[in-house]
Amino acid sequence: MITAGIDMGSKTIKVVILKDGEIIGKSIELAGFESREAAEKAFAGALEAAGIAQGDIEKTTATGAGRKNAPYTEHEVTEVGSDARGVRELYPNARTVLDVGAEEGRAIRTTDEGKVLDFALNEKCAAGAGAFTESMSRALEVPIEELGPLSLQSDASIPMNAQCAVFAESEVVTLVHAKTPKQDIARAVHDAIASRIVSLARKVGFEPDVVLIGGVAYNTGFVDSLERALETKIIIPEDPEFVGAYGAAIIAAEGL
Amino acid sequence: MKAHYGYKDGAGDFFIIIDTDNCIECADHPCIPACPESVLEIIEDDYEDMVCAVTMDHRKKIKYSCAPCKPDRDRPPLLCVTACPKNALEHLW
Ligand code: SF4
Ligand code: SF4
Repeated sequence: MITAGIDMGSKTIKVVILKDGEIIGKSIELAGFESREAAEKAFAGALEAAGIAQGDIEKTTATGAGRKNAPYTEHEVTEVGSDARGVRELYPNARTVLDVGAEEGRAIRTTDEGKVLDFALNEKCAAGAGAFTESMSRALEVPIEELGPLSLQSDASIPMNAQCAVFAESEVVTLVHAKTPKQDIARAVHDAIASRIVSLARKVGFEPDVVLIGGVAYNTGFVDSLERALETKIIIPEDPEFVGAYGAAIIAAEGL
Repeated sequence: MKAHYGYKDGAGDFFIIIDTDNCIECADHPCIPACPESVLEIIEDDYEDMVCAVTMDHRKKIKYSCAPCKPDRDRPPLLCVTACPKNALEHLW
């Protein structure tokens, strides 16, 4: 049985193709302005990786904020549903899922059976997510992929007050002018984002095991901030940004 | 399931919490016509139950969407909360 999951995120579109429960192809594309075109491209990439044709896919389930716009799709699930299902498959002992993407953050608590018990979404501008780190890396003039390792060099705690990316950027500029070491600013940026995600996690009453997914999970500095704030070890899957699409592909297979 | 929709920013924590298990047995969904700003909608959730949710459009601006119901002084009971026969709606601010 071959199914696909497509995650129409705000910044990137991910496609995962499953054959009898195994991933045989996956692909990611920037959403850009033409998300449908980007989705078709992501699909084509995953098909090529899998070495199959579109007609071989028996069912496709879409998830993500733009799921209504997904091509080749017969079925939709919310991001909460697909995240929970994907994580359940990878880590049956997971009870809390944190998904931090480009423009939103999510906390989900599940039952022992994997059913969603509580969830909290923060969908306000870039104030809890990846776009925030991107604008901060610009303000610091540090490439985004270096922001995480840089912040790990710091053990200073500088509180950042701004909750919004625009104001935080000017706060960072002020710290730069005050000759605050860049690693301390980088850590402050990650601590600020982590505190918002922790506030979501507390809303759902998080319990271990905690799994972090979404593109921001690649940022080691953010993960360190989150682990310190939650006082718990966090599990990161191998491909954290594909877990939603993976969950959607599993849900498609279960619906056949 | 407890669903939290909204956001936290420098001004505070602006979330609507919906205990959606209550919505499953709610036949008429009176919260929907009660809301003058069309903040709420009925959706089919991932377990194929029809439940109340905050619309995508309002999630990012919920503080402002609900502002007409929440004057600074002498705030009256919220129309959505009053309309809900199952006590399923809670506002955090
Ligand atoms: S009135 Fe209350 S129980 Fe009924 S759908 Fe609305 S929130 Fe749910
Ligand atoms: S407080 Fe007013 S505007 Fe907000 S959801 Fe309730 S009825 Fe609608």
